[in-house]
Amino acid sequence: MPASAQIAERRQSRMIPVLRGEQGPVMVGLLPVAFLGLLFLLPVLRLFLLSVEGGTLAHFDKAITSDLYLTVFIETFRIAAIVTCCSLLMAYPVAYVLSTASPRWVLIGLVFLMLPFWTSILVRTYAWMILLGRNGVLNQALLGAGVIKQPVALIFNTTGVVIGMVHVLLPYMVFPIYSAMLRVNRDLLLAAEGLGASGWSVFRRIFLPLTMPGVIAGTALVFILSLGFYITPALLGGGKVIMIAVLIEQQVRQFLEWGFAAALSCLLLVIAVLFYVLLNRLGRRETIA
Amino acid sequence: MSPTVHRTLRARNWLLPALRVFTGLVFLFLMLPLLIVFPISFSSSAYLRFPPPGYSLRWYQAYVNDPVWIDATIRSLKIAGLATAIALVLGTLLAFSIVRGRYRGREALNQISALPIIVPSIVYSIAVYGLFAKLRLIGLWPGIALAHAVLAIPYVTIVVAAGLKTFDVAQEQAAMGLGASRLTAVRRITLPQIRPSLISAAFLAFIASFDELVVAMFLGGSNMTLPKKMFDNIMMEVDPTIAAVSVLKITLVTLLLALAARFGAGVRPAV
Amino acid sequence: MNDATPHVVTAARGPLLSLSSIVKRYDAVLAVAGIDLSVQDGEILTILGPSGSGKTTLLKMVAGFEQSDEGYIRLGERDITDATPASRGIGMVFQNYALFPHMPVAENVAFPLEMRRMGQAQIKDRVAKALALVGLAGYENRYPRQLSGGQQQRVALARAVVFEPPLLLLDEPFGALDRKLREQMQLEVKRLQRQLGITALFVTHDQEEALVLSDRIAVMNLGRIEQIGTPFEIYAQPVNRFVADFIGESNLYRGNVSAVAQGRMTAEIEGGLMVTAQTATLYPVGSTVGILVRPEAPRTLGDGETADNVASGSVTEVVYLGDAIKYVVALDGGHDMTVRWPYRPSTETLQIGTRLRLGWSADLVHVVGWD
Repeated sequence: MPASAQIAERRQSRMIPVLRGEQGPVMVGLLPVAFLGLLFLLPVLRLFLLSVEGGTLAHFDKAITSDLYLTVFIETFRIAAIVTCCSLLMAYPVAYVLSTASPRWVLIGLVFLMLPFWTSILVRTYAWMILLGRNGVLNQALLGAGVIKQPVALIFNTTGVVIGMVHVLLPYMVFPIYSAMLRVNRDLLLAAEGLGASGWSVFRRIFLPLTMPGVIAGTALVFILSLGFYITPALLGGGKVIMIAVLIEQQVRQFLEWGFAAALSCLLLVIAVLFYVLLNRLGRRETIA
Repeated sequence: MSPTVHRTLRARNWLLPALRVFTGLVFLFLMLPLLIVFPISFSSSAYLRFPPPGYSLRWYQAYVNDPVWIDATIRSLKIAGLATAIALVLGTLLAFSIVRGRYRGREALNQISALPIIVPSIVYSIAVYGLFAKLRLIGLWPGIALAHAVLAIPYVTIVVAAGLKTFDVAQEQAAMGLGASRLTAVRRITLPQIRPSLISAAFLAFIASFDELVVAMFLGGSNMTLPKKMFDNIMMEVDPTIAAVSVLKITLVTLLLALAARFGAGVRPAV
Repeated sequence: MNDATPHVVTAARGPLLSLSSIVKRYDAVLAVAGIDLSVQDGEILTILGPSGSGKTTLLKMVAGFEQSDEGYIRLGERDITDATPASRGIGMVFQNYALFPHMPVAENVAFPLEMRRMGQAQIKDRVAKALALVGLAGYENRYPRQLSGGQQQRVALARAVVFEPPLLLLDEPFGALDRKLREQMQLEVKRLQRQLGITALFVTHDQEEALVLSDRIAVMNLGRIEQIGTPFEIYAQPVNRFVADFIGESNLYRGNVSAVAQGRMTAEIEGGLMVTAQTATLYPVGSTVGILVRPEAPRTLGDGETADNVASGSVTEVVYLGDAIKYVVALDGGHDMTVRWPYRPSTETLQIGTRLRLGWSADLVHVVGWD
């Protein structure tokens, strides 16, 4: 680099104190923080204001006391819980098999997880409608094989919504558990065995507790994301399975009830963040111990 | 048993094979929906038949020849491109700040920067709609790009921060000791070495925006994005054009994943 | 791998552990190539070898973490060749201790007792005793990561002996400790082993550690045992070139036997130096041998003084070792000889370039076969 350019660059760096000294990291963060503040925190704050428009808690009152809306909340929690359980039951063995597989199989397994994971939820939901619909592939196959006499209702009900959501959320469960399993020092398992533990005891006393942080992280993530699901219940629920997100969308687009939608949104947000904090704390305690 | 792969849990002989079979079934469950759209997209029939009665390219032609689909696709590409650029710059700056900073509140900032992932998209949509209506940004594609950038920043920050943590600051200091300015040191020494992270981050940001439905539905007005057009198409059960679009999207993701795997670093759900 | 010298066994109560014809292959690689080994009840036997010699594999087979492809392992009266690790009842200290990070110290130590379904009261009693034994009473509720390396190792020891196993395995347990702590822990382990009357099989690549700790040492290389014997035997009478080279600092020269007479033989080292040795094993004239002269063997000769072996040279390197000084002397024949003498403040330190005559007696020369 010619000397003149060097000097120019030095001068430039002097002109941008942002990138020098201990102040650097603070200054560098200002722009993204301002951006997120303006376009994320501010709108969310306005949402809270909107929910108490007119200075009353009427919207919240309506959301909590009405049986209709309470049912939606309960249904949302129920589906989120089922989805979380199914994901956990499927993810733990899968993560375990992956954690013991040879590098080639790990790669194949990761492809099988990543490809669906990064495929549009719309595409996947549509595919489930093809597969599970009344005239869908599965029903046609079962009818053709004579297993069933009449098509089975697999979508436009809770079953369909759960299948679709598990498909979307499973990778979120597998990855934290898988990485927790990779972090387990294999000598610990040998040590436990050498000290007299049976296979089951090694699992229950050593392996499971050590992979618990991953289980908690995955469970938290899947449950929280489940609560706010919109596309899958909207399409696979066929108007019969109403989760909170679907309710919020209806309130705005059909009834233009912005204030009430804002109140529902705030409730959903607070619940999600509450679970996030709670499980975060639980996870942290688990990691420390 | 090879010396590198240790047996992990001493289990009954049938257990591990059983778990492997179970894992295979789960992978089948994951892959089946992706595979099923391929034959449907090449079907000659407008109705759902499986296997299709005949094969044709008519649904691909229907997609290419329909200006609504093409407009929506172009709009989504523009939005995703802009959102990726914004998120990449801001998310990287944020990652630098969080990893390198020694100021108080750094940990809090780290937590807050992950919030857009936790906040349900419907909630964010309602929230940002109010602001954008006031700013008269509704119906304008750059507005959607801004909102998508917000959603994509956490992915970028997490991936780039992970890359930065493994980078030895001493190299940057060495470069500065050899006469480089801080800016030059970052540009010549640090950025090239975290390039895989940046590539992965860009990939995540792009997909996050390109596939996003709910925010775009609220902010888009009458200008549909590709996901919105797909959503309407599925809702109305119009025809298998959606299957052709699906195949194209799966192909795109496969391509991007392959590229990211080749040039990127650890493309995984970053949370 | 036949040990030419008779065993000197400190506590001759018969073999506790015996391995016969143990073979282990990884694909095409022969990791353990047919090993016979007996560990006597009450002794500390060290398997010493460079990395890749198969020593850790051997230990893992004794513990049951690896299966041997051929051969038998007996523990006392019992054939444990195919037994699960859990049923062998052997205590083991891992290289990085393998303490369970999610359990406090007491729970770690209690683990093997719980696995044996011992009553809570008895467990508490035994854990307290074991922790007292290693000097960690009062640390019951600490987590492993809150302990220093030395303390972690004590916990690992307590956990390995708390269920009173007949045999204790130690896999390079001092590798992670700094020198001073390492020496301290070596003595501690030795004390503990004596106190509990436990038999120990110990694996290390550190020959100094092996010499300090062991009743007997088995030197292992490329899946075979090269020599087995007391530390003294291994050091003073290595049976072959590998052992001579691996143990201690040595001056090892290649030479040709030129004369054999009256229990002495003379060999010519390339470059013209003649060395006379007085050893039990004599090699025929003309054979190629390794001539081993330990660094403490030579002394300086004054004018007119003489010895069985004499060589002149000049000092090229001086290394202070604290309690000793090491010189590298370039002999006139072209070879280097390392000598090491205890340091005394009264003696004058030689400078680089100093000429000196070295002499050493024939019985301090050890001869091994070259091949």
